[in-house]
Amino acid sequence: MNRILRRNETLVALLIILLSLGIGLINPTFFTVANVFDLLRSIIVTGIFAMGVLIVIVSGGIDLSFTAIAVFALYCTVRLMKAHAPDAPIWSAFVVAAVIGLGLGLINGFFIARFKFPTLIVTLGTLSLFEGFLLFAIGNQIIRDVPPALTGFARSSLVSLPSARGTTVLHPAILITAAVVLLVFFLLNYTTLGRGIYALGGAPEAAERAGFNVAHIQYFIYGFVGVLSGIAGMTFGSLARQANPQDIVGTELSVIAAVVLGGAQLTGGRGTVMGTILGVILVAIANNNLILIGMPTVWQRVVIGIIILIGTGLPAIQARRANKRLSGATSA
Amino acid sequence: MADEFLQLSGIYKSFAGVRALQDVDLSIERGRIHCLVGENGCGKSTLIKIIAGVYQRDAGTLAIKGKEHEHLHPIDAIREGIQVIYQDFSLFPNLTVAENIALNEQLAEGRRLMNWRKVHHIAADALAQIEVDIPLDARVEEVSVANKQLIAISKALRQNAQLIIMDEPTSALTEREIRTLFAVIHKLQARGIAFLFVSHKLNEVLEISETIIVMRSARIVSTGDRKEYDTRRLIFEMTGHSIADKSYEFTADTSQPAILEVEGLNIRHALQDINLQVRAGEIVGVTGLLGSGRTELALALFGLLPMDSGRLTMDGKRVGIKSIQDAIAHGIGYVPEDRLTEGLFLEQSIGRNVVVRTIDRLRSPLGLTDPRRVAGQVSEWVDSLRIKTADPRLPVKTLSGGNQQRVVLAKWLASKPRLMILNGPTVGVDIGSKDELHGMIRQLAGEGMGLLVISDDLPELLQTCNRILLMRHGRIVEEIRPQDTDENKLTAKLIEEETL
Repeated sequence: MNRILRRNETLVALLIILLSLGIGLINPTFFTVANVFDLLRSIIVTGIFAMGVLIVIVSGGIDLSFTAIAVFALYCTVRLMKAHAPDAPIWSAFVVAAVIGLGLGLINGFFIARFKFPTLIVTLGTLSLFEGFLLFAIGNQIIRDVPPALTGFARSSLVSLPSARGTTVLHPAILITAAVVLLVFFLLNYTTLGRGIYALGGAPEAAERAGFNVAHIQYFIYGFVGVLSGIAGMTFGSLARQANPQDIVGTELSVIAAVVLGGAQLTGGRGTVMGTILGVILVAIANNNLILIGMPTVWQRVVIGIIILIGTGLPAIQARRANKRLSGATSA
Repeated sequence: MADEFLQLSGIYKSFAGVRALQDVDLSIERGRIHCLVGENGCGKSTLIKIIAGVYQRDAGTLAIKGKEHEHLHPIDAIREGIQVIYQDFSLFPNLTVAENIALNEQLAEGRRLMNWRKVHHIAADALAQIEVDIPLDARVEEVSVANKQLIAISKALRQNAQLIIMDEPTSALTEREIRTLFAVIHKLQARGIAFLFVSHKLNEVLEISETIIVMRSARIVSTGDRKEYDTRRLIFEMTGHSIADKSYEFTADTSQPAILEVEGLNIRHALQDINLQVRAGEIVGVTGLLGSGRTELALALFGLLPMDSGRLTMDGKRVGIKSIQDAIAHGIGYVPEDRLTEGLFLEQSIGRNVVVRTIDRLRSPLGLTDPRRVAGQVSEWVDSLRIKTADPRLPVKTLSGGNQQRVVLAKWLASKPRLMILNGPTVGVDIGSKDELHGMIRQLAGEGMGLLVISDDLPELLQTCNRILLMRHGRIVEEIRPQDTDENKLTAKLIEEETL
């Protein structure tokens, strides 16, 4: 019991419940299906990004470039489609975006695995590099007349229910997020590679001694994050029905914040899929629903800041207490 | 011999022209406990790395189970049953006990998917083999150092270890944990597994080993049955000279107030009614078992643990110590137990570590540090504490344990404290350096400093202190004079409470 209470997931879940009850009591629309669908829609893209960020953080690294990869993959895919295959099906757009993402992710992987550069430095560099290259060499105009496959996808619905505002739609892209979540859950918990990612984040030297091929793992991590970013970028673009090269970049810190809030530790080796989902949901509620209780948009950022400080501060204090007790018992 | 597992002969190894091993012959027998002792830098680690296949020898032969190996790679050594347990145990703190034990096997079998039931099964089986009980689902960071070591041993066993090499196996263990470890080792020994320990702690070495191998300056200088060695001979073989062991004589100058006087110090759950005095030139030892409060006492005096009540007087004047800054301002210095994480900036140079505490006093009129004065102070300390380094600009992590401890000392001494609190001053330091550190402690006392030495190394306390305070359950229960006791009597007193 004590163990469950001390888990970060429990704390974040409690925060979600408290926040939901608080908002719902003041404004009952919070608990309508329409609002829940809206909330789910708002975590589609962040959820995919967050899974990538989780993997990197568990491995002891950090990736700042994933938003640049996403927008790069989105913009290039849309340009390619318009120029060469305007009638291509939607799945092919995702495949192309994923491949572009993979390529860019492997560039990160190359510098990190081959030259052992700090991940923060490499991805800080490639964030600028990818975005700058996109704007300079590929294009800086917003593409509004996207191929029909994208608009078709944007209009599709998984569930549609009549509601006070007309019809309420749950977008099928949530299935992409769900699939990514399941895939990452399986990867991290049931594959040797996934355990290698935890091992690498926990004790890099020991991972090497145990026989993990650390370079391969790092290539995989950054390549995989590239793929996820490409898919997330494509999803973002098709939901927005446009490809804007200035979009997405700039949101990386709020994704990282959601993941950290979910219990992943920037020092590596710790973080769960469950916690990450909860972190993403909590941030989404704070982002989308505080308006329901009449809180001005600018204040939402303040609330998110407070939630992050509480959500990451409390476990840190608990950990320090536990540590003190432990060291008091062993070194006295 | 029929039961020989490993045979080395005429091994030579040099690094960049520096001879690390010279004509080394060594044989390891199955089911026998061997101990390799020697001061830091004598070639022990090089020898172990050659056995583990990490280094390749320049000359000589190496045979495992009678079969000669021209080139031995780490993976060959593992296949032949050689397992090295390093001091950091190579465990993953963030993973569970079960996973830590089974992970290598998963990898070695080239499995891509985790079979958690099998992982649990493997781990349960491995721990059952050595008859210890550690919760399989606990994260390794939550278990004690002793249990980490047992986990590392069971991991080695799962990989069919036939020779287990352990680096400093007892350095972070309590008396009782050492008993458990030794029981496990004897059990495995009965199954024909050979052990090779590398250690500095002479008493434990003598107790468990059957064959002793002493190295000095790249050679094996002496080897033989345990019965042929006593502490004196071991020290002589290791250092090449005898070391005196007489206790520290001290006569108090009662005309001066004590440097530190503590009255009625209380900290809830940690310390109760602590009264003590340290006079100028005194070396006061503090010892006690796990949880006795000895570390808390040091932390409280250094402003790291808030006191609930109590009165501190320094040089006759009442003082309050609420923070490290207060402690430093009153001339108290503290060398922590874990110097590697608390006392030093490992990546920074030796010189910078030495002056870090006094950098404010080395400022030029413009407020910038004066590099010449800094260099002057650094070389003064490097010389006077005999820190063995090619260049004080090298990072501290390049130094041996004993020399690192000297840098910590230098760092504090540079600020000329009145009272130094040393917590485990010679943990992980080899015997020759230990003796020099003890000499330094005495010299500091001779110059009028007061010293509080916290240690569970009883011979060390008996040798360096003029009185020893015994702590139990947060209280000082007895004051002992070294000349009135010996190691066995003191050990008996220490463990008294356990038998109560």
